[in-house]
Amino acid sequence: MSASAQTHGNGSIPKPRSQRQLVFNVLRYDPARPEAVPRMQAYKIEEADSMTLFIALNEIREQQDPTLQFDFVCRAGICGSCAMMVNGRPQLACRTLTSALPEETTLAPLPFFELIGDLSVNTGKWMRGMSERLQTWLHTQEGERDLRRIEERMEPELAEQIYEMDRCVECGCCVAACGTAQMRKDFVGAVGFGKIARFRLDPRDGRSDDDFYDMIGDDTGVFGCMSLLACHDVCPKSLPLQTQIAFLRRKMAAMGL
Amino acid sequence: MPYETIIVQTGLAERVAKNRWPARLDVLQSGTGLFLALFMWGHMFFVASILLGETPMWVITKFFEGHFIFGSSHYWLVSCVVALVAVVFVAHAGLAVRKFPINYRQLRAIRAHSRAMRHEDTTLWVWQVYTGFLLFFFASAHLYQMLVWPEKIGPYGSGDRMWSDGLWPFYLTMLLAVELHGGIGLYRLAVKWGWPDAPRATLKKLKWALTAFFFVLGLATLGAYMKIGFEHRAHYGERYTPAWIAAEPQNENRAVAPAPQAAPSGENE
Repeated sequence: MSASAQTHGNGSIPKPRSQRQLVFNVLRYDPARPEAVPRMQAYKIEEADSMTLFIALNEIREQQDPTLQFDFVCRAGICGSCAMMVNGRPQLACRTLTSALPEETTLAPLPFFELIGDLSVNTGKWMRGMSERLQTWLHTQEGERDLRRIEERMEPELAEQIYEMDRCVECGCCVAACGTAQMRKDFVGAVGFGKIARFRLDPRDGRSDDDFYDMIGDDTGVFGCMSLLACHDVCPKSLPLQTQIAFLRRKMAAMGL
Repeated sequence: MPYETIIVQTGLAERVAKNRWPARLDVLQSGTGLFLALFMWGHMFFVASILLGETPMWVITKFFEGHFIFGSSHYWLVSCVVALVAVVFVAHAGLAVRKFPINYRQLRAIRAHSRAMRHEDTTLWVWQVYTGFLLFFFASAHLYQMLVWPEKIGPYGSGDRMWSDGLWPFYLTMLLAVELHGGIGLYRLAVKWGWPDAPRATLKKLKWALTAFFFVLGLATLGAYMKIGFEHRAHYGERYTPAWIAAEPQNENRAVAPAPQAAPSGENE
């Protein structure tokens, strides 16, 4: 954009990386039009310094094709809205620098989730269903909470551990990367295991392993996980999914003994 | 009719507490896989004894036939071990097949997914499916052979099987499938259960090193049996007798299985 124009030919300002012509092959499809067939559409743009995929897509939409659908909110890897398949792998568009991409890039919507159109998918609908299925909220044992009472103390280390799993932004990358989920649509997915691991850690949650087993103790749950670990490898928040799923598996397996 | 039968048939099983079998089956799948992978390593060292010479391999076969305990060969001992391995193998196959793509949609989905993702662990799993599928047939055939004809295991017997029986392509295919399947399987067990708690990159390097080692050892062993079989082709069916036993005529009948009646291969033609 303008930053690149300023730096050209100016000896006092460091010259940016060579300007590349980027080609984005985008899967276009509108499920609301049953007669439409999914097709690839190519867009060419000039790469700018520090450009992210999110910036590139906005430039395409503003300057070339206002009908292109994709999601974003925060632009900072916090909202988890802009996940898409970048050259076959799920990534957040806002956290993907074009400098890390080849000159030609293929973009597609996340698989598994309901397609809204082009690169936009309804992850929220599935996440809500998963939340309700796994009851991913605190189950306190007491009935009515006395809000005037001081909360129980928690060790900072434990709070840190809980917070670590709470960093999940529900972007859906782990589910889109999961081989099991691509074959079996009722699979809980790493995001669900992360939630269970988080509430299992929380001393305020009154649920026992028996209760958790009822939710994830079968092949749609933790025993369906085949440990391909793409979830762990693509997680934009670098959550320790591998160790958390292994931990849950050991705990749930112990329930069968 | 039992309560469980009724609620499962009516689709209400999820409305009552989950039963514990999924947990047990998951542990069993891993446990049988671990047993088979470790057994295959031991098995490879036993058969590779041929690289040390015909006599060391003969001693190992005679050891498993109980020869040095009972003074004569009891082939049923070998059959018992084979039967045990076969039971574990069938159990593992039955448990692991639950994870296979079971229809065209699933097969197509996982293939496209693995191709697009270019993610090593996902690709390795697809290989495990293919090699596992091959082993349904190859390992079953091999186990049946060993169960029914344990007496044919030996330097000459195994050599004849590779060369005169023409089974070396069968064993070469099975070697490749087993080493890939078992090596990937052990790596997956480690990351699945979180033990040993080493970085994945380290585990994967170890996995590839072990796979390469056993594959090279297996190839050398296969080559050695093929060479013996080739050189022994005129005496097909004859059993190996170490020189120190052949020199003692009174021991010969006791120590060595009688040669089958099969004529040398050349005479039949």
